[in-house]
Amino acid sequence: MAGNGPGRRRPGLAPGEKLSKGIVKRVVKDIFSFYPVMLPVVMVCIILSSLISSMPSIFQQKIIAVIERSYKSGDWAGVKSEIFRYIFVLVSMYVVSLAATIAFNQMMATITQGTLKKMRGKLFNKMEMLPIKFFDRKPVGDTMSLYTNDIDALRQMVSQSFPQMLSTVVMVITVMGIMLYYSVYMTAVILLGVAAMTVITKFIGGGSAKYFFKQQQAIGKAEGYIQETISGAKVVKVFCHEKECRGDFEKLNDELFTVASRANKYANTLGPILNNMGNILYVIVGITGGFFISANIKNIGIGGMPFSISLVVPFLGMTRMFCGQIGQISNQINAVVAGLAGCERIYRVMDEEPEADEGYVHLVNVYEKDGELVETDDDTKMWAWKHPHKEQGTVTYTPLRGDIVLDGVDFSYDGEKQVLFDVSLYAKPGQKVAFVGATGAGKTTITNLLNRFYDIADGKIRYDGININKICKVDLRHAVGIVLQDTNLFTGTVMDNIRYGKLTATDEECIKAAKLAGAHDFISHLPEGYNTVISGNASNLSQGQRQLLSIARVAVADPPVMILDEATSSIDTRTEAIVQRGMDALMKGRTTFVIAHRLSTVKNSDVIIVLDHGHIIERGDHDELIAAKGQYYRLYTGAFELE
Amino acid sequence: MVLRRLVKSIRQYMPSTIATPLLVSGEVVLECTIPFYIAELVNRIKDGASVSEIASFGGILAIMAIGSLLFGMLAGMTCATASCGFGKNLRMDMYDAVNDFSFDNIDRFSTSSLVTRMTTDVTNVQNAFMMLTRIAVRAPFMMIFAFVMAFRLGGRMAWIFAFVTPVLAGTLILVASRAMPLFRRIFKKYDRMNESVEENIVGMRVVKSFVREEFEQQKFDEASEEVRRDFTRAEKILAWNAPVMQFCLYVVMAFVLSFGSYVVISTMGMEFDVGQISAMLTYSFMILSSLMMISMIFVMVTLASESAARIAEVLDAVPNIVSPDPETAVESVADGSIEFENVNYAYAANPDNDVLSDINLKIASGETVGIIGSTGSGKSSLVQLIPRLYDVKSGIVKVGGVNVKDYDLNVLRNSVAMVLQKNVLFEGTIKDNLRWGNPDATLEEMKEACHLSCADEFIDSKEGGYDYRIDHGGANISGGQKQRLCIARALLKKPKIIIFDDSTSAVDTKTDALIRQGMRKFIPETTKIIIAQRTASVEDADKIIVIDGGRIAAVGTHKELLNNSDIYREIHTSQNSGRGGADDGR
Repeated sequence: MAGNGPGRRRPGLAPGEKLSKGIVKRVVKDIFSFYPVMLPVVMVCIILSSLISSMPSIFQQKIIAVIERSYKSGDWAGVKSEIFRYIFVLVSMYVVSLAATIAFNQMMATITQGTLKKMRGKLFNKMEMLPIKFFDRKPVGDTMSLYTNDIDALRQMVSQSFPQMLSTVVMVITVMGIMLYYSVYMTAVILLGVAAMTVITKFIGGGSAKYFFKQQQAIGKAEGYIQETISGAKVVKVFCHEKECRGDFEKLNDELFTVASRANKYANTLGPILNNMGNILYVIVGITGGFFISANIKNIGIGGMPFSISLVVPFLGMTRMFCGQIGQISNQINAVVAGLAGCERIYRVMDEEPEADEGYVHLVNVYEKDGELVETDDDTKMWAWKHPHKEQGTVTYTPLRGDIVLDGVDFSYDGEKQVLFDVSLYAKPGQKVAFVGATGAGKTTITNLLNRFYDIADGKIRYDGININKICKVDLRHAVGIVLQDTNLFTGTVMDNIRYGKLTATDEECIKAAKLAGAHDFISHLPEGYNTVISGNASNLSQGQRQLLSIARVAVADPPVMILDEATSSIDTRTEAIVQRGMDALMKGRTTFVIAHRLSTVKNSDVIIVLDHGHIIERGDHDELIAAKGQYYRLYTGAFELE
Repeated sequence: MVLRRLVKSIRQYMPSTIATPLLVSGEVVLECTIPFYIAELVNRIKDGASVSEIASFGGILAIMAIGSLLFGMLAGMTCATASCGFGKNLRMDMYDAVNDFSFDNIDRFSTSSLVTRMTTDVTNVQNAFMMLTRIAVRAPFMMIFAFVMAFRLGGRMAWIFAFVTPVLAGTLILVASRAMPLFRRIFKKYDRMNESVEENIVGMRVVKSFVREEFEQQKFDEASEEVRRDFTRAEKILAWNAPVMQFCLYVVMAFVLSFGSYVVISTMGMEFDVGQISAMLTYSFMILSSLMMISMIFVMVTLASESAARIAEVLDAVPNIVSPDPETAVESVADGSIEFENVNYAYAANPDNDVLSDINLKIASGETVGIIGSTGSGKSSLVQLIPRLYDVKSGIVKVGGVNVKDYDLNVLRNSVAMVLQKNVLFEGTIKDNLRWGNPDATLEEMKEACHLSCADEFIDSKEGGYDYRIDHGGANISGGQKQRLCIARALLKKPKIIIFDDSTSAVDTKTDALIRQGMRKFIPETTKIIIAQRTASVEDADKIIVIDGGRIAAVGTHKELLNNSDIYREIHTSQNSGRGGADDGR
């Protein structure tokens, strides 16, 4: 019931998808490692409770045997003590069973939620360590469904299927033992019935699985159409296209109905069929029992008892129990498969290679003493690269300046299609480099290489003369700030979001950064100023305001090298001017790489790099490039589309 | 209220909906009678019944079981038809309702919430409906019938149920009433946690570039721990259901075995016999598990009732823009002239805050009109009043000399083409998309329109040309290409008025100019209204309207405005400082 909130589709296996071999072992091992003591205790409790639950038939048999022996005499006093002895044993067993049931149910709640939390944590921790490449490859929805659908499926499996399966196994074995003890013939009758039920379950279950998969596809299609036409509802209206859309949707909706009703027909009939086959079996057991007694057939059983009514009555009870278990298993099988499939997907992510970092050059605080740089733990606001040289056994300190050199860089995202060809460029500390070119020319790619979101195939990138492959990624990224085109903010207060740039920043520092970015004005007008809570998609902020916040965020980090990806979306002139001022303030005194969409930004750059299909085709400052009358000139005069 | 609204959508599935509970009742009656007869059979066997007697008893029982099976299967099928059909009708009804919505209605619901209502909410209601027609009938009916049978069979022994039933029912109610609000609260927390995971995935570059991996891990751990703690608490409450159910079963069992054997022996099997002992146990199981089922249904239905309310809200929404009576509606638009008389406009959600005030405006048929102003100044609102996408608060908007409210909506909107700012293409070929403008358009006509919107070049370069498939949301073509296609689509309507709402922002300036030139030349009689961010896009218009704070600040040609409108001049200067070489303040 819990966690099965609205809209979470239960994921199963797609046809053809197979579970890997060791998956069960791995899941069990993981859960065991989370609760090495509690889990065995729970298992003992479950076994105990199910063992006892299967016992009453024995007492029933004994008591009925007593009744059978003495009911004609009507002598209650004579048998009272015998019967009460049985009842006493039974009740004490019940007490134990109840205690075990309460214990394991309570502990299972702890184990289930604990396991989910630990799995989620493992998954999230791993995810944070994965390279950007992973996120390029996988749609957001896919990764999200690990946290929603797959973890949910795991919950169902751990909290319900696992105890149920264990209890079923124990009960089936115990009841089988008792049945064989009493009578082999009667056992055979029940087993035949159960076999028939299993076959039918498999048959109907197969049909149901097939149509449920089709239903998922049909739902996908219908929902896709709804999504598309409702999101575009205004276009639909502008074109008076309502009738056509309705017709198309009706077709999809009818298709969905056809497969959905078929899938549910299978699923809905399975219950009554199993239930009533249980009833039929119940009847058959009663009849055959009666037949065996009245035909005086010799019983075979471990207990060596003859057929009698005291044997048949417990068998009736055991039939119910057995059939109930079959129903339970058929319910749990789907849940187990879905749970394992979920685990499989989760493990696949956990097994991904994390982002490697073999860098050994670190960024450290230093102070100057007699012209030498000395490392310190104090916050001196002065930074240097600490570069140990293994061979010589020495350490050099290079001051952090923000000098960037790209030398003959080749790059490919997938190892096949090359996207950058022999790119060489440099930026002196404080210089501003603008990248210009059409979509796909390689502008963003170059900036992605600077902070090592990706590693280059050939060539070298140097930061203050040090190959960035030697620099520890954490330190490199501290030294390179970035303002992305899509301003991703995080749920929290405005202050939290600015402080994201530097966790140790004081409120004053954050406000100072906001002022620098030009964000202070609008923040002061928010209902709770810096303490206003914004959500990740920040629907309560305008595009321009979000950009200002992301500028403030970098300003607080205060890195010597900056990457700016100008937003393309049209914001009004006034806000644009404010954003522009913020960016300009931020760029002052820093080495800046800017992916430019605005002419004024480009024009004021020290160097303009014009890219085309991964090649640098022109470079120079604005006046030089205009004079050259090349591609830049055409772009500039509007004869060419930037995006 | 909500229920009555939704029930209307059952329609052709009413027979299946009614048949289901009837069939289920049949199933339950037979199912509950079986143990009764089994008890009889057992007693007979004990008393030494003959094989033929057993066989005839068995025959009756087998028929009952098979009958119950048939009823059950049929009920399962009718239930599937009824619930899936109900879901289908609900979706269709909502789709129709949304089709009748005005822009205002759509804004008020927001598109994402409409999508959720039509998908997840319908699924929830459909599942609850399935539960209600089948299990919700089965469980109480079975409980009552098993009660009756137990009393008939066990006599005073059945009074034990008077003890265990309230115990179980009380526990179930207590557990549900304490756990439900808890769960509801946790689900919200849980959703928030997942939202923050999504933020992380989407913003992974930000996380990495600020080296905030460990910070995020810690943050997530805290949120996750909170969810775990709360869920564990709620589930521990829920975990009392199973033991209490077991306790009740045990009590019945011990009682029936002890007191039952006393009654059997002391009355010598007259009042109560061996067969009944086992039947009583079966009935107790039926009664108690029905109770469990009922509590489950309650939880399901409460959850679904929220979805049901959300659906009813859509179905009940009154579209606030509808065509006038077809008898009196004007069926044709004379020309492309537009007139605003003392128009005021405010969003329906915020009626006191005028978005447009005192708009008076005359546009002659065939004119080219530019509109300029900052975001939020009311430009889009102004033009959306023309095809009556929104209604004015006061004043009159006339098209072709007739109040827009007097036109048949389709007639009006087919004559006024609008290229929206947030435009969408739909999954399908380029041809499919163009046909939105005119379903009967020939390839020649399409090519003509695309030539005019400068879309022909890129279409020809695509594989398959006009048969090139556009992905969901137009993801496989660039922004500028998308805009050009949207313009071609609007042109195909051969409208009297065409409105561009900032619809060439991603098109380069040269093409932008080309498109405007082409329209001037090839559709001179069509009125063209252009909303733009760049003054360059409106420079050559017959007149330019400057909007500021919901009012018309100035009207005139480019030259006139440069002379007499400060706002216009400011916008123009800021945009052209790069080009003219003027100092831009650095």
